[in-house]
Amino acid sequence: MASVWPALEAILPRVAKPARYIGGEDGSQEPEHLPGQVAWLLAYPDTYEIGLPNQGLQILYEILNERDDAVAERTYAPWTDLDELLRAEGIPLFSVDTHRAAGDFDILAFNVSAELTYTNLLAMVDLAGCPVRSADRTPHDLIIGAGGHCTYNPEPIAAFLDFVVLGDGEEAVGEISAALQPWKQARDRGEPVTRAEVHEILAGITGVYVPSLYEAEHDPVTGILGETRPIHPAAVPEVEKRTIADLGAWPYPRNQLVPLTEVVHDRLNVEVFRGCTRGCRFCQAGMITRPVRERPADQVRTMVQDGLRRTGYDEVALTSLSTADFSGIESVVGSIVNGGNSGPDGEADGGMGCGPTDISVSLPSLRVDAFTVGIAAEIQKARRTGLTFAPEGGTWRMRQVINKLISEDDLYAAVESAYSQGWRRMKLYFLIGLPTETDEDTLGIAELARNVVAIGKKHHKNPSVTVSVGGFVPKPFTPFQWFGQNTREELHRKVNLLRDATRRDHGVQLKWHDPKATTVEGIMSRGDRRLAAVIEDVWRHGGTFQEWSEKFDLQLWLDALERNGLTVEELVYRHRTEDETLAWDHLSAGLHKDFLWQDWRDALDEVGLEDCRWTPCYDCGACTGYGIEHVVANATPPAGGSQGTGQSPSAVPVMLGAKPVGEPVGATP
Amino acid sequence: MTAIEIETEIDAAETETAPKGPGPLQLVKIRIRFSKLGKIRFTSHRDVARIWERALRRVQLPVARSQGFSPRPKLHFGLALSTGHESLAEYLDVDLVEGTTVDLASLPDLLTPALPRGLTATVAGEVPPGTPSLQHAVTSSRWEIEVGGLDLPTLAARSEVLLAAPELVMTRQRKGKDVTEDVRAHLHHLQAVDRDGVPLLVTELGAQNRGLRPSELIALLGEDALAARVCRTHQFTEHDGVRTEPLEAPDPTPAPHAQVRAS
Repeated sequence: MASVWPALEAILPRVAKPARYIGGEDGSQEPEHLPGQVAWLLAYPDTYEIGLPNQGLQILYEILNERDDAVAERTYAPWTDLDELLRAEGIPLFSVDTHRAAGDFDILAFNVSAELTYTNLLAMVDLAGCPVRSADRTPHDLIIGAGGHCTYNPEPIAAFLDFVVLGDGEEAVGEISAALQPWKQARDRGEPVTRAEVHEILAGITGVYVPSLYEAEHDPVTGILGETRPIHPAAVPEVEKRTIADLGAWPYPRNQLVPLTEVVHDRLNVEVFRGCTRGCRFCQAGMITRPVRERPADQVRTMVQDGLRRTGYDEVALTSLSTADFSGIESVVGSIVNGGNSGPDGEADGGMGCGPTDISVSLPSLRVDAFTVGIAAEIQKARRTGLTFAPEGGTWRMRQVINKLISEDDLYAAVESAYSQGWRRMKLYFLIGLPTETDEDTLGIAELARNVVAIGKKHHKNPSVTVSVGGFVPKPFTPFQWFGQNTREELHRKVNLLRDATRRDHGVQLKWHDPKATTVEGIMSRGDRRLAAVIEDVWRHGGTFQEWSEKFDLQLWLDALERNGLTVEELVYRHRTEDETLAWDHLSAGLHKDFLWQDWRDALDEVGLEDCRWTPCYDCGACTGYGIEHVVANATPPAGGSQGTGQSPSAVPVMLGAKPVGEPVGATP
Repeated sequence: MTAIEIETEIDAAETETAPKGPGPLQLVKIRIRFSKLGKIRFTSHRDVARIWERALRRVQLPVARSQGFSPRPKLHFGLALSTGHESLAEYLDVDLVEGTTVDLASLPDLLTPALPRGLTATVAGEVPPGTPSLQHAVTSSRWEIEVGGLDLPTLAARSEVLLAAPELVMTRQRKGKDVTEDVRAHLHHLQAVDRDGVPLLVTELGAQNRGLRPSELIALLGEDALAARVCRTHQFTEHDGVRTEPLEAPDPTPAPHAQVRAS
């Protein structure tokens, strides 16, 4: 079909930041759509600036376009100004690559990484000209899919989705393309086909969950979930996530997209490992991405060198959940900052535009010790602006509960070391509303910040410490999945405690995530299928871009809940019991539920757990279930020791890098 | 990638005997002319600056960097082009690391593949020491504007009215404030022409002292005039009463770098 570009071109002068909609990025593809190929439109349900850097979508984009049986393009949520104009002019959702109408594709597949984007997903499906509910679609409508961390509990959006991919998508997207191709070809030949056939085909692929083949049963009085059971022979009782065993076999993205306009994380990103075993109990990412799979250090070096040369970026992020734990980290960082970017033919790089000191490296780390600050010093020779640490809890007791065992001495020693080596601004991240938290724990945050400022004063005139607090949202497949989230009133009270406590501390700037948004995230984080009506209601009342503080509207959600006879108390604030069915019990992230329950009991007893990369297995299930072991190049724990022993409590997250990580809330489009 | 030869040590003797014709030259500052056409016109001035930074790193041109806490490559752009406008005549000055040798004739062909589609480097030239910056030197721009909503006779008649007016007072934003002023002096030339059946305005608008923007000119034509497509075709500098372009377009004039050096 024809491109929507001529119509789009005429309205782009009237919208903000039109460069978001033109495509043409270096690394982008304009594939020819051949008959019989399964055409994927890969979507991120938030703005281009947030969605473009998403590595998951970029990886799948390349893998699909390398296949003979598939073709893939990209789309992002049009901002409200363009959304209105598109609807007024009758222009559908389009791909940014060839500006094809979404309806020309077979599959519209979303990366879902944040609960507050769910209403955007509906808006995009609707703008694509597709019925928002799976049950209302015909064989000629789009097949709507989703993947990403939020889909470990896809039940709130299950009614809108034809399929969900759990876990790593690298292999699954190929299997889906191959499996759907015959059906699509039959349909395009005019043979009678049904939507149910699509669902059966998809359900036969490991890691693919087809919500329509399951039924959720709720207690008619309390509304509490009784069971989610398969109602079709093709549906397995428990859907297992996909896990790629060897990250080295998937050196993607090979051609990272280089946007023409500014986006978050605007730099080269190279993933160095997947998975984490530090065992922070609040952290869903660390639980669901197990086991640890490292990329070979040589491949990391090659991807960094080729990537910098190809893109022209002067910044690279080595991404993972805790990059300082990577076995080859010292040599990799060393080779980047000491001229690893010399040309392929071995040209001398002295004095060239991309000499050693011009490349900046950023990496996340869950450790604070001499080792980590040493790496920071090596990679930030020029721009020592700020360092971010995330102790998460304000007191030692609190940190034992969440299994983040950093002593105050360790934190202060790390801060002292950073200040003495020239860093001036410290950022500290904390969670409030954690299980068993007392006011003493909350106020411990202010105490820590105050002491950090005092250390800074020994080295600088006006040291500044930014304290960011976020309300804790319990997530599926974590030991805290049973915990009743703090009410927004309680979170407000704790924020106010901290405001009062830090008011006179001139060096401390307090920032906090809006407790109202935390509450709505909580609704969806552990919600069930009854929420589909709520999400649809909020969308129909104009509630899109809820990740954006200027668009977020709690009242829309409260009204929608009320219209559907649901309460925040039941969905969010209530503690779950051991025997209760959880909305995601028919899905599996590989973790044994009894392991999670035991870890929850240990948390309440303030007992820590060591990192299993270097200690005996706790049988969480992640390795044994897939026949994979943690892939680490070095069997010795890194200097600074393992976490969680209570004997060498030296691990704390630290974010190294000159630039802050982009946060959509509070940002403006 | 062999077209640029980079030498990091200054060789004074070689500088003196550097050939005057095409070929590698040791230069301190160069000027690049480029066009911005098609979809990429929807990127902003700031976006284009970032694209250039990356492109220059990709071709490994040794760009000088500012001193200080957060060093940046020393690039100097001329008058900002509004987002959505096309151009055949954009300019950028680049400070090079001292002692760099560059072959200006082949530079555009090296740069264009490192730029996204729609941006094309057309000419490169030397900028002799003491040359005023593009921001200060450019006095006017010539534009071609497709105006929607008006036919050619109407466009021609309204253009005549504007040119005949002794003053053109309009209210516009200046540093965030509404300012009412006479902009007649900035309207140097205005002509309605037919280009393959499409009515087109060819105009030259002053650039200094806030100047006059194409969108403001269209507003002066009346509320029923709508901008469809705007393209800058030339930028002009004035030196001792002689009007020239910062770098002449490559076609049809040969060896543009030679002319620049001669000026």
